[in-house]
Amino acid sequence: MPALSPAFANPVFDTQATFRAVMDAMARPGEIRAVPDALTPPAPLSPSAAALALTLLDYETPFWLDAALGEAEDVARWLRFHTGASVTANPSDAAFAFAADPLALPPLAAFSQGTPDFPDRSTTLVLQVAAFTGGLSLVLSGPGIASHRDFAPSPLAPGFADELRANAGRFPCGVDIVFAGPGSVAALPRSTRIEEDR
Amino acid sequence: MSAASYNFAYLDEQSKRMIRRAILKAIAIPGYQVPFASREMPMPYGWGTGGIQVTAAILGPDDVLKVIDQGSDDTTNAVSIRAFFAKVADVKTTTATADATVIQTRHRVPETPLSDRQILVYQVPIPEPLRFLEPRETETRRLHALADYGLMHVKLYEDIAHHGHIATAYAYPVMVAGRYLMDPSPVPKFDNPKIGGCAALQLFGAGREKRIYAIPPYTRVVSLDFADYPFERYRQQGTCALCGADDTFLDEVVTDDKGGRMFICSDSDYCEKRRETASAKERPHD
Amino acid sequence: MYVAVKGGERAIANAHKLLAHERRGDESVPELTVPQIEGQLALAVARVMAEGSLYDRELAALAIKQAWGDLIEAIFLVRAYRTTLPRFGASEPLDTARMEIRRRISATFKDLPGGQILGPTFDYTHRLLEEPAAPLPPEQAPRETDREPTPRVTDILAGEALIEPSPEADPSDRPGDITRDPLTFPASRDVRLQNLSRADEGFLLALGYSTQRGYGRNHPFAGEIRLGEVEVEFFAEELGFAVPLGAITVTECQTVNQFKGSDTEPPQFTRGYGLAFGHSERKAMSMALVDRALRAGELGEEARAPAQDEEFVLSHSDNVQATGFVEHLKLPHYVDFQSELGLLRQIRASFEGGADASKDGAE
Repeated sequence: MPALSPAFANPVFDTQATFRAVMDAMARPGEIRAVPDALTPPAPLSPSAAALALTLLDYETPFWLDAALGEAEDVARWLRFHTGASVTANPSDAAFAFAADPLALPPLAAFSQGTPDFPDRSTTLVLQVAAFTGGLSLVLSGPGIASHRDFAPSPLAPGFADELRANAGRFPCGVDIVFAGPGSVAALPRSTRIEEDR
Repeated sequence: MSAASYNFAYLDEQSKRMIRRAILKAIAIPGYQVPFASREMPMPYGWGTGGIQVTAAILGPDDVLKVIDQGSDDTTNAVSIRAFFAKVADVKTTTATADATVIQTRHRVPETPLSDRQILVYQVPIPEPLRFLEPRETETRRLHALADYGLMHVKLYEDIAHHGHIATAYAYPVMVAGRYLMDPSPVPKFDNPKIGGCAALQLFGAGREKRIYAIPPYTRVVSLDFADYPFERYRQQGTCALCGADDTFLDEVVTDDKGGRMFICSDSDYCEKRRETASAKERPHD
Repeated sequence: MYVAVKGGERAIANAHKLLAHERRGDESVPELTVPQIEGQLALAVARVMAEGSLYDRELAALAIKQAWGDLIEAIFLVRAYRTTLPRFGASEPLDTARMEIRRRISATFKDLPGGQILGPTFDYTHRLLEEPAAPLPPEQAPRETDREPTPRVTDILAGEALIEPSPEADPSDRPGDITRDPLTFPASRDVRLQNLSRADEGFLLALGYSTQRGYGRNHPFAGEIRLGEVEVEFFAEELGFAVPLGAITVTECQTVNQFKGSDTEPPQFTRGYGLAFGHSERKAMSMALVDRALRAGELGEEARAPAQDEEFVLSHSDNVQATGFVEHLKLPHYVDFQSELGLLRQIRASFEGGADASKDGAE
């Protein structure tokens, strides 16, 4: 088995910086925040998705991988080795889900939605994207947004805006999505409304 | 066992991760109280352990921390918490609201408007707004799931029937983003209008009760009221004896045993800044 | 007057200096050492370990010394240290049937396999204050060494199916842990027992007592109380077998309680269970009474007494939480009080205005 690339050089401060980026992104849907990008995880796991994993996963959080990541054997091994989390084949058992191919994503309803009593018991989806421009152009509103905000991560499946609307419609249940782009992250929590898509 | 073995910001990384996950969920579901496995802290429960855990989980080496209690940086518990973080996280601390990146507070929202690069962390004693109307967690959880807040409306209505006023002066309940009823912690209702539409992220930590909740920036927050009894802000009729402010929340100071009283700003930093500005203006005329 | 709200930093430093000074007491008297506390105040050490949920005699003794003898403060110190420790996993269940027994009594059978062993106890002492300095060190009482096997009383009753079977844990289930997951209701029994074993002894004592006085009566017998050392084992994945980590002292109490039966269950005895670190007999007994009371719902009994109310008991049992919140009333509440004062003045003004108005109307 090939040796695994290392985790953060300074776990305490690198995870803190990553967390602040994703917390800020979650608090301000559609805004883009830089994350530490020195990691060299096995492909196709991106450095920013890997940074999120090292920041948020441990033995209490089973994770799910999409086909692109699951077929690359070293990705699961790298994540398990560095975080202690276990992998699950069932998206509705996952605390976190990682997807490298946004065009081949299962329906958002397939992930854990939480319950009306405990809406927090839901999956957080980390979706790797190539860029934060040029994709499906969304106009967002809701908590964290003063009036409206444009957001255009790329690539996204054509029907994804409707998926997002259905997800917001399940509020307070639903999934939260963190987009992992090159060196940066953005987020769409379940509370965000999709006003328009083009 | 050695003091040197404590991690940056006291909490171990596993505890921080658990709290950070709860914070993300809290932000995604504004006003919903996320249960979290609150840790024992080296300060007693009820003295800010929830706020301290939230602060410890978010704080980084570049942060500048301000801690206030009753609006003031000088009250004993504020001093103690500030000293704790200065020691275990070696962060810069400040009393100037505008200079802080993280502000931990007990019972007040600062008078100075907060900016979008700031985080306000509240210490919360009883996070459940319905707790004094319904002591059972199983019941209140169901009421939140159904968004059934009739109990609270009945209570406020009975207040009006008995007193002609809504008899809640602090910890005045609010609706967050039109969905969750939330306790804003025991801030005076004077502060409620500052909570909605705030540019800063607001995080609430209740250590003993093991709950974290949040209000993202620019979220709609509405104080409960009735069409014929609208929410009213309350402040004392008076001006600050030190800075002359007539629009701040005031502490009443008893000056003698013959009923003598004066008022001073509860927000000590705001008061000092006003006095500095005033004396700077006066100087040329000296 | 403004001085009163300033200078917090110096005031705190001075108060702590004063505490250190007063805690030391009369300096002509030798200072207490940690080994003295560990050896001679062993029951206090046991309580701090049990409610601090950390088995370490030396740290518990140190905490008692630092806390000036205040056991809840000592428990708090231990908990605040425990919370920072890394977690490797859960041990194998303790097998108290294999306990190295120092004390074992049963109130249900006059004699039984393994016998009644009184061991070190205050029971049957006359509570007369003694002269402080005994002239000679107390004699070591003889100890039985070669002892026959000592089965648990509940296992003897189970042989005849007169008592409900001990619930079997699913080995694949991870035991709950309220220090890692927030308590939710209804709580599972493992979580409930963990909560009770960390709970304040006085709180459990009062609740247990209340069940004996009719508030949730369940007719308990002290089936068995045993005190001694048990092995703690940890199943090591990489080795494929359980490795011993060492022995700890525990006190176990199993009560045998009447049960009149239900539509699906024949009349039989039921169990209440108590277990605490160290020599903690009162705690283990109280815990067993409260555990049984909290099973009311599961056994189809009417649950109306405080001790049967799971949310009430489990939410208020922790003395570190309780003491913190009660004592936080010492913190300043100027802002809230000021708001209340304003409101009261407002209501009084309209009350007086209203009273005047109605008087006017009547005249």
